[in-house]
Amino acid sequence: MEKSLIQLIEVLGYRCLAGQVRTDRMVHWGYVSDLLSDVMGKAQPGMVWITSQVHSNIVAVAALKEVAAIIVVNERQIDPDVLAQAEKEGVVILSSGMPAFETAGRLYAQLKSD
Amino acid sequence: MKMQYHIEGGNFSAAGRASSEVKKTLKQFNISPVVVRRIAVALYEAEVNVVAHAWRGTMSVELTPEDIHVVVEDEGPGIEDIDKAMEEGYSTASEAVRQMGFGAGMGLPNIRKNCDEMHLSSTPGRGTRIEIKVYFNAF
Repeated sequence: MEKSLIQLIEVLGYRCLAGQVRTDRMVHWGYVSDLLSDVMGKAQPGMVWITSQVHSNIVAVAALKEVAAIIVVNERQIDPDVLAQAEKEGVVILSSGMPAFETAGRLYAQLKSD
Repeated sequence: MKMQYHIEGGNFSAAGRASSEVKKTLKQFNISPVVVRRIAVALYEAEVNVVAHAWRGTMSVELTPEDIHVVVEDEGPGIEDIDKAMEEGYSTASEAVRQMGFGAGMGLPNIRKNCDEMHLSSTPGRGTRIEIKVYFNAF
């Protein structure tokens, strides 16, 4: 079932690193990839994108594809310039604090449940 | 309406700037969001190709009420084998570029999937030219 980013943050304990004001966005599904062209080809609006990439190009990809949010895994540190760019482009960046497998698994369970 | 953007080879922090500008412009017009996203994907991939492979390039955009016509031209090493470059999974990107998540060999196939017409030509040692056309009203 579709959930808002706010609901997901609350239930799954994500930290919001950028785009706090846009966390009312709805999420219907997710996509996991560290290959940017793969995300450019396959991600759809209303999906969250789970990745371990943290360089500035993730912001451009997320903005162009209009994904609901980027979920960065494993407590990866993100450069303040990247976060500032995300704020400017209206991109939400969340940190899951978990590896990609757990991040995707828990999110999948949430989006599948009623 | 015509626009032109400069693309700097090797500057990954600026990659996507030209495509984002074009997308913002398109959003001001009454064009289907699906079509706008297709164009954005095609242009981003073409722009990243210049950043990842060439020394410098330009993106020239011509916008009419019916379609968008884009030419991305670069000075760079060119493409030795265009058929091979069009294959999914084939890439000549450097290890450093791959580490960033580029160079998956999906750029040109993504462009082809997201535009209505595409022409790619290249002179090895000189550069590459890609021409992309997308019609606003699918027919």
